[in-house]
Amino acid sequence: MNTKYMNPYLAGFLLGLVLLVTIFITGRGLGASGAIKSIVVATVDAVASKHAEGSHFYGAYVGPGKDNPVKSWLVFEIAGVLIGGFISGLASNRMKFVTEAGPSIRPKVRCLFAAIGGALFGIGAQFARGCTSGAALSGMAVLSTAGFITMLAIFGSGYAVAYFARRLWI
Amino acid sequence: MGPFVPELISDQLNLVVALLLGIAFGAVLEQAGFSSSRRLAGVFYGYDFTVLRVFFTATVTAMSGVLLLGYFGMLDTEAIFVNPIWLVPAIMGGIVMGIGFVLGGYCPGTSICAAAIGKIDAMFFIGGGILGVFAFGELFSLYSNFYDSTSLGSLKVFDSLGLSQGMFAFLLITIAVGAFAVTTLVEKRVNRTSAPSFEFKSWKHFAAGAGIFALGLLFIVLPDRRTHLINKVSDPKYAASHPVIVIDADELAFRIVDREPNIRIIDLRSPGAFASHSLPGADNIALRDLFGKDLIPTLSRRHVKKVLVGNDEGQERTAYLVLRELGYENLAVLQGGFEGFEKTILSPGSFIPMGGRWDGDVKAFRERAREDILKLIAENKNKGVKEPKKAKKVQGGC
Repeated sequence: MNTKYMNPYLAGFLLGLVLLVTIFITGRGLGASGAIKSIVVATVDAVASKHAEGSHFYGAYVGPGKDNPVKSWLVFEIAGVLIGGFISGLASNRMKFVTEAGPSIRPKVRCLFAAIGGALFGIGAQFARGCTSGAALSGMAVLSTAGFITMLAIFGSGYAVAYFARRLWI
Repeated sequence: MGPFVPELISDQLNLVVALLLGIAFGAVLEQAGFSSSRRLAGVFYGYDFTVLRVFFTATVTAMSGVLLLGYFGMLDTEAIFVNPIWLVPAIMGGIVMGIGFVLGGYCPGTSICAAAIGKIDAMFFIGGGILGVFAFGELFSLYSNFYDSTSLGSLKVFDSLGLSQGMFAFLLITIAVGAFAVTTLVEKRVNRTSAPSFEFKSWKHFAAGAGIFALGLLFIVLPDRRTHLINKVSDPKYAASHPVIVIDADELAFRIVDREPNIRIIDLRSPGAFASHSLPGADNIALRDLFGKDLIPTLSRRHVKKVLVGNDEGQERTAYLVLRELGYENLAVLQGGFEGFEKTILSPGSFIPMGGRWDGDVKAFRERAREDILKLIAENKNKGVKEPKKAKKVQGGC
């Protein structure tokens, strides 16, 4: 698919502005992995609330007197990302049900690895207290050590294993 | 002064703000092509460095904006969320995420964006993410100690590297410009005909690079607002041309005894000194904490006289001039500092006659004031220790 994307420097500048406005108004940065965590916690709480409340992990977010975890800043933000991506895709005529993969990979295999990659990201983001948007990008904007270390770890590790996964992409 | 949460924006409204900002975020991500896993993965193989260009540019833009807004006093940089670090978990988590990035071709934010336009692999990525978080939560007790280990707090990267804020900003910008140049060359090598960087003329690359580099140079000389203002007022020439209003111990004592409502005592001394001896109703605020936005309502009431009390007049004068620079009015410096007040009013039998006809009245007043104020101080001590005022920070994080 060779579609016309925006100039990356312009896109980066706009992204930086969105992040800046976010920090200016709310005092915090953007994020993503936290929304997934909130959704999982809320689901576990809905299905098995005793288990959730007793757990060291879920328990911090649920219980009497606490709001539903879904009523969190990041969940609302992610809902916005969904809408914004949709509008942009619609406007640029990029709406299409498709599986993206390298030239020598079957869609089924690609989707399996996408799920594995997602699971790894989900787990890693818990330990690092954030992902590329929340910990790395937003962290670096406020010059936090956590932001830079997390970013270096993500990309360093990615480059280290890229060779072994090259069949997926090239 | 930003941030406007929580004073002007309630928690509920903040959720709406999140939604709107998220829409902008998602739209920009999609426009940049981050809804394509092949494009995202390209950064690891050299055929498409969009991720690097967007990421670095966004970081430099946002960072520069934060520094500039902070310098001009439009953003309270002490109140914004600086994500804290748990060193070993962060590195380990980052490594795991890196593998996930290469295998999955997305990160959480971009996967949502891609799923929104129909990318099926992105939907599987999200599904995997949910399962991953669930597994993490269920097995949490196995590694909960590790999860909480090596917590070092909200460190700033320039402190960790031993650099000044401005110098670090300059270095980062320089590295970014260098990375743009190098990756453009690599891309053209890998992709001789269809590298994304061919879409733009060389001179545009060069102009952008030069512009950003100039901004970087600016940051080396731009001090943070607090240091800048304190240095400015500490210059002897500045002090000479900016007289301060002084209030003497008797007048302050009178106002305290008279229970004057329109007076506010700001004690600049250390928490230890404040805890052992302080004036009734005083607030313990250090010089460095006078810049925050949470003090704006207190300090900007023009009919309230803010009396600055410190170890000595020098400390009080610096605070006075800084507050004037920040735009506050109706300030006063306590003559002789806290020690002077203690000696004159609070210590028994220390009256030195000045040889005037009012000596008798002044002596009587001071004795009465001493009793009264000591009683007030004791009453306040019984009410409990007042915590020194610190800037309130926004909660954030994932």
